[in-house]
Amino acid sequence: MGEAILRVRDIHKSFDGTGVLRGVSMEIREGEVVVIVGPSGCGKSTLLRCINGLETIDRGEIFLRGEKISGRRKDLHLVRQRIGMVFQSYDLFPHMKVMDNLLLGPTKALGRPRAEVEKEALEMLERVGLREKACALPRTLSGGQKQRVALVRAMLMRPEILLLDEITAALDPEMVSEVLNVVIDLARGGMTMAIVTHEMRFAEAVADRVLFLEEGVVLEEGTPEEFFHAPKTERARHFLQSFTYASKRDKVEIQPKNNAGD
Amino acid sequence: MQDLGIGILFKGVNFQRLLGGLWVTLRLALITIGLSCLFGLLFGMLMLSGKRIVKAFCRLWLEIVRFMPQLVLLYLVYFGFARLFGWDLDGETSAVIVFTFWGTAEMGDLIRGALTSIPRHQTESAAALGLNKARIYLHILIPQTLRRLLPQAINLSTRIIKTTALVKMINVTEVLKVGQQIIGQFYRQPDAAFWVYFVIFLLYFLVCWPFSLLARHLEKRWA
Amino acid sequence: MDGAFILAHVPDYLSGAWVTLRFGLYGVACSLALGLLCCLVRSFRVPVLRQIAGGYIELARNTPLLVQLFFLYAGLPRVGIKFSAEACAVIGLTFLGGAYMAEAFRSGLESVDKSQTEAGACIGLTRAQNIRYVVFPQALATAVPALFANVIFLIKETSVFSVLAMMDLMNVADTLRTSGGHTVEVLFMLAAAYLMILLPVSLLATLAERRLRYAGFGDRHSV
Repeated sequence: MGEAILRVRDIHKSFDGTGVLRGVSMEIREGEVVVIVGPSGCGKSTLLRCINGLETIDRGEIFLRGEKISGRRKDLHLVRQRIGMVFQSYDLFPHMKVMDNLLLGPTKALGRPRAEVEKEALEMLERVGLREKACALPRTLSGGQKQRVALVRAMLMRPEILLLDEITAALDPEMVSEVLNVVIDLARGGMTMAIVTHEMRFAEAVADRVLFLEEGVVLEEGTPEEFFHAPKTERARHFLQSFTYASKRDKVEIQPKNNAGD
Repeated sequence: MQDLGIGILFKGVNFQRLLGGLWVTLRLALITIGLSCLFGLLFGMLMLSGKRIVKAFCRLWLEIVRFMPQLVLLYLVYFGFARLFGWDLDGETSAVIVFTFWGTAEMGDLIRGALTSIPRHQTESAAALGLNKARIYLHILIPQTLRRLLPQAINLSTRIIKTTALVKMINVTEVLKVGQQIIGQFYRQPDAAFWVYFVIFLLYFLVCWPFSLLARHLEKRWA
Repeated sequence: MDGAFILAHVPDYLSGAWVTLRFGLYGVACSLALGLLCCLVRSFRVPVLRQIAGGYIELARNTPLLVQLFFLYAGLPRVGIKFSAEACAVIGLTFLGGAYMAEAFRSGLESVDKSQTEAGACIGLTRAQNIRYVVFPQALATAVPALFANVIFLIKETSVFSVLAMMDLMNVADTLRTSGGHTVEVLFMLAAAYLMILLPVSLLATLAERRLRYAGFGDRHSV
């Protein structure tokens, strides 16, 4: 794997005095897929939002290919053109057809010729199995289809890194895999990604490296094999356990109380 | 006389006279609002009733008051009724009739809107909890309806207060008319008109603004 | 009813309707511009201008047009600020309408979810591009019903232009009425004229709303 594309150094972020990120550092190298997991409210989403400037950071620095991108700057849109992001709520533009959703960024922000982008967009829609939806309006699509369109929309900007923020959290269970397979396809193609997810099996399948975030700090970091099968910290073990269920037939320790009123 | 025209407002009882003029329209507005709430409740329930002809009738009524400028309606009643039916109504009675005719439909539509805005599953989940019909209304439906209705009803009330200014046009002696009388008495004071109309403008604002603020506050709190 | 009288005075009403419609539309156009301006100044939090816009909106929404016109037409000239009746009509209607249009635009803007702007930012759009391609089209679509309601409201409000001695519909009718004899016909034609002006506007509004509802969206609204 190549050089570090993204470097995050000791960033802090608090909302109304509550520290959400309390000194997070990480690095993502070219072609690497980093999955960030952790309990709700641990700051994973905030971390992604800070990276492309949707939230301003209180302290610390963020570098994209060695260039500092954090702090106040007027050309934030130029930075964001190089960083793709997809959200939980798809956020397609409801007043535009699928194709217009896809073309908006490349033609208006990057100024690329329409015909060229359109051809590329159709190819990518084909790859995610939605070529026939090019002229559809977002509201006619299922959640899974919307999210695949959102992925294509982000990819058409040819980002250097893609940030995925719980992109399957709002989907019906049967639609999760159609979206995640697209992500795995992208990962195979060498796309650099930072992914926040609650789908642990997907995380294990797609990750080159896993970060475990809790209470605003990186508590553990390792390969998926290490993290999912031999977590080093008690917290991580506890977190992973929350995705399994004890069978009702496992053990019976609690005594039935007949005299509950006493 | 070199002093500012605003001085005339504090000469004698001029300011009280203006307030008295304002009260004429405010009183009309209050009567209208009261009657509109009363009849509006009826109107809203009629609009929700199953009968198509009743609904169509209400719809027509609502469209008429939405289409016709209130001033035209005032003319129709004040000048027209005398001709058509031989009723010689005075300005204030005509005003109450017209504004209540208008307010009833608007208030009724708000009530209908508020009643239908409550999602069906609210009733269903209340019923699932074993509440009887009266309790569902008392604890679930009426509070939610009121929360939605009250800000809008207050807004309608400020609209009614503002609209009652129109009675000037059918010869009711209200605040603008009183203002003109005062200006007439002090015709030697050139800027009298400026100050009188400015104060009337402010008076209306001071009456209506608190209602607008209240409506907005309630809207925010209950949104 | 006297048919010959009605026919004979159709031209009078046409010229009155033309005045009503023309100045109504001038006022509507200026209101839209002023409303948009106020809305933008407020949502972009432009210092000072934003407070001025806020204060203006409160003043305009909480005072009757009739009082505003009296102040403009009879009050201001006394301190040296003179406008023609026509200018007063347009200024008055714009003063009133701008505030209502601003509120309609604002509720449209507020209906666009913050996540939409974020999504726009994430594909590298500049702030201006984001507003032009993502926010504004959606805000406008949501605001259309309220904007049309304001247009109808403003055209109705033109009925008080008669105090400016403008020969609008109201004044035409008033002149004919006082010349005696045909009150019922005069009022009938007055109501009919307003209906003929406002019905097309209302139909246009329904059409626009329906088109917008079919044309997309529904992401948040339907379901």
